[in-house]
Amino acid sequence: MPDESSVPIRSDVDIVSARQKGRDLAAECGFEIGDQTVIAAAISEIARNILMYAKRGEIRFRGLADGDRQGIVVVAEDQGPGIRDVSLALQDGFSTSGGLGLGLPGAKRLMDEFEVSSELGRGTTITMKKWIRRGHA
Amino acid sequence: MEVPILKQGDYLIASIQSALTDADLSQLREALVERVGRFRSRGVIVDVTALDVMDSFAVRTLRDIAHMARLRGAETVIVGIQPEVAFAMVQLGLTLKGVATALDLEEGLNFLNRRGKERLDRA
Repeated sequence: MPDESSVPIRSDVDIVSARQKGRDLAAECGFEIGDQTVIAAAISEIARNILMYAKRGEIRFRGLADGDRQGIVVVAEDQGPGIRDVSLALQDGFSTSGGLGLGLPGAKRLMDEFEVSSELGRGTTITMKKWIRRGHA
Repeated sequence: MEVPILKQGDYLIASIQSALTDADLSQLREALVERVGRFRSRGVIVDVTALDVMDSFAVRTLRDIAHMARLRGAETVIVGIQPEVAFAMVQLGLTLKGVATALDLEEGLNFLNRRGKERLDRA
């Protein structure tokens, strides 16, 4: 099982390295190229959210094994302003930044499991998982 | 990393070679919009074959390039979106609506040539 790795998010260059590291780990975990791309896109969106709203934060990822299931978990953590209304932030088209408002709901659609915990003034942690699909090649 | 922009007759061809940061993408947008004027270009091709992922910022910037170039009198076509990139884009809800796309550089050139001919026929 590949080790946990983490990428600090402080500038737009870090978004690129986070999604590349995430893609590499997804490949090591056995994800096919389609799912590697999906995972990289989801990481890109949540890394951009960190940069936009919290200015800095961190993304960690590691391989997962649960019985005979394998997958990857990505955790994005920041000490930013927090999200006032998580269910609103997960709606398509909702944005307080003038963006497309697809970041969080888009990332949620790309992954199998998606959890947001946020406290105003304290920060936000997003935990998202994807499992390797078996049985259809 | 700066994206090289080639001038090929009436067209500009921007060929993305590696992963781009947000700043690189914004720089590409500014460079293309400026060069459409400088070279009086009629068409712009952005080749994204080398991009292994496109997120909301990349798609928004490509859309902006197409719309800005159109306001300056040039048609834009995005070529080379890889199948797995297209899959992830659709799941993210990113559509590139209103922007021309083509399979590869050759199809992109064909598209612009047809557009140019239509323009002549109307004139």
